[in-house]
Amino acid sequence: MQQLAETTTASQDTLLDIQNLTLSLRDQSGWVEVLNNVSFSVKPKEILGVVGESGCGKSMTALSILRLLPPRDSRLGGKIMFGGQNLVSCSESQMNRIRGRHISMIFQEPMSALDPVFTVGYQIEETLRRHFRLDRKEATERAVAALDSVGIASPRHVATLYPMNLSGGMRQRVMIAMALVCEPRLLIADEPTTALDVTIQAQIMDLLLGLADRTGTAIMFITHNLGLVAQSCHRMVTMYAGQVVEGGPVRGVIAGPRHPYTAGLLHSIPDSNRARGTLPSIAGRVPSLRHMPKGCRFGPRCSYSTQPCELPQSIENEGIEDVDRREVRCNRWEELELRGVGA
Amino acid sequence: MSAGAASDQTALKVDNLHVSFGNPRRGSLIRAVDGVSFSVRKGEIFGVIGESGSGKSTLGRCLVGLLSPSGGDVLHDGIDPFKFSRRELNRHRRKYQIVSQDPNAAFDPRMTILQSICEPLNIAGEGTRAERREKAFAMLDRVSLSAEMANRYPHEISGGQKQRANIARALMLDPNVIVCDEVVAALDVSIQADMLNLFARLQEQFGLTYVFISHDLRVVSHISDRVAVMYFGKIVEVGPAHAVIETPLHPYTEALRSAEPEINPAAAGARKRIILQGEIPSAITPPSGCRFHTRCPRVRDICRTQEPRQRELLPGRHVACHFAEEMLGEKERRSLDLAGRGGAHQGATATQGADMM
Repeated sequence: MQQLAETTTASQDTLLDIQNLTLSLRDQSGWVEVLNNVSFSVKPKEILGVVGESGCGKSMTALSILRLLPPRDSRLGGKIMFGGQNLVSCSESQMNRIRGRHISMIFQEPMSALDPVFTVGYQIEETLRRHFRLDRKEATERAVAALDSVGIASPRHVATLYPMNLSGGMRQRVMIAMALVCEPRLLIADEPTTALDVTIQAQIMDLLLGLADRTGTAIMFITHNLGLVAQSCHRMVTMYAGQVVEGGPVRGVIAGPRHPYTAGLLHSIPDSNRARGTLPSIAGRVPSLRHMPKGCRFGPRCSYSTQPCELPQSIENEGIEDVDRREVRCNRWEELELRGVGA
Repeated sequence: MSAGAASDQTALKVDNLHVSFGNPRRGSLIRAVDGVSFSVRKGEIFGVIGESGSGKSTLGRCLVGLLSPSGGDVLHDGIDPFKFSRRELNRHRRKYQIVSQDPNAAFDPRMTILQSICEPLNIAGEGTRAERREKAFAMLDRVSLSAEMANRYPHEISGGQKQRANIARALMLDPNVIVCDEVVAALDVSIQADMLNLFARLQEQFGLTYVFISHDLRVVSHISDRVAVMYFGKIVEVGPAHAVIETPLHPYTEALRSAEPEINPAAAGARKRIILQGEIPSAITPPSGCRFHTRCPRVRDICRTQEPRQRELLPGRHVACHFAEEMLGEKERRSLDLAGRGGAHQGATATQGADMM
């Protein structure tokens, strides 16, 4: 594992600081790089949106933070600083003390994240008893209180039910109750509402943001839905092909994207205020991990691509940082005038 | 919608359609589609919006003859396909195709894309082997898939490419009507945009009629001429797409519109947010009166006992809510308050509604 110098530049007000994170995974045909120099941070109580198409490395970043990848077939490099510790080099027992207690995660598909053979109440108690000295009775009481806090009507009854007895929206509520029961400092929510209907999605988002606000939990919110990011996040990061390509305050990025990929994502969403007609789309698709373009990874799909984009030295290394803490991984961002949404 | 539309122009007519599952004697009867009526003109794109459990997919399957109605009629170009014998029905429904949500489940993993695309012609016994292949390659080209994709297996191509192949296969028998059931739901936004463009292009090229089913308000309103909003087996609102989305006259449509996350920060600030309480009720014991009353923010006593009648409020706009007139009044007042601009918009909506007829 690659170890960088021990100087931590992160100031006190950074909760999670990811610096030059790289991840390689092994399959039948050898090692392949999945994340390349990913750097971003989350402040306490902040809600950070991470957007990008499938295959861009959003979920892989989340799994790296919690070290949920198979140890033999994965290699992490760089640093993930959390509470003064570098999670990349933490032992498994140290991670067990962090997972669920200080950092917890909500997955997209609640049915596969819940254990079908235990009652939901028991599963919440298990999380509590793992991290706190509680007897069965106290744990049960707190689990019931947690179910109550996520708006479940008869929590004492629901605690005795199995996941299969619950609807999708209810299961996701249970997942949220479980993730927040220890009042963690960071919650990673990986597409928490994608499997749900829109009206239920609105309920769940409302609940999630309200609870996080009450417990002071920061959220790293992974989604492909830019509308949800615009509505609920403070800052956002766009990922493409295993790299961060743009980052900054949500309002600024949406009103004036600097990277053509972010702009493309914004415009490919149908908008009822816009006239019907051809939707601008992004041609092609995310490159395969084994055949990454040499220069800008978005180059082959980018309508602004020119000669300098093909040069490897131009984009690989540096992101550009400017005034309102915006970053962009595009050599030509100053020349491009990309259209945003809204004023 | 109106009965006055010339029959030779109507591609699909649905009249008081019911589709039920289960056994009423055991008390487990589920009325998935419960008294739905509408008609789709030739060359029109008709959108159906609804959440899971609203009966929209059951409706779609019934429209192409994959399910038989338990009551009411489906007329294909004036013909009732369910009067046919099994064999005649199979022949007839070649012209009524369905493209379903999950492209991964739509292909036989042991057949190449070319074999899968040729299969409808093989079954129909149309043309020689060479002609079938030729048509398949032409169709792949129409959906912007390169010829080299033809000999690949489903696991070797991406989800978006599979969905294109799926569409190519549906087009092989020159259908009149295609029912698209959540065709873009499983795709990334950028690919979704591509796919919507493709649907629009194919519609022009082949003069197709679509019934476009989706839970995504944005998608449906983008592509459709008219939309129907379904809740719990019933249509609660029908009308020209733009008008229904912009000035909903049913509280459910209004809530759906408001639940859709808004990207534009300025528009988000101006909009009032409605968060519906509760979930879609159990299908076995549907609520009395208006089926939406358990979640409706405007619920009153009458809603619990009496089922609202569907009526035409504006030209081409049918709504089933006791208080639709009241909502219309509110909307009109609000647009008058916004002075000239709002009023002009309202007028435009009404004319657009009339045009659709």
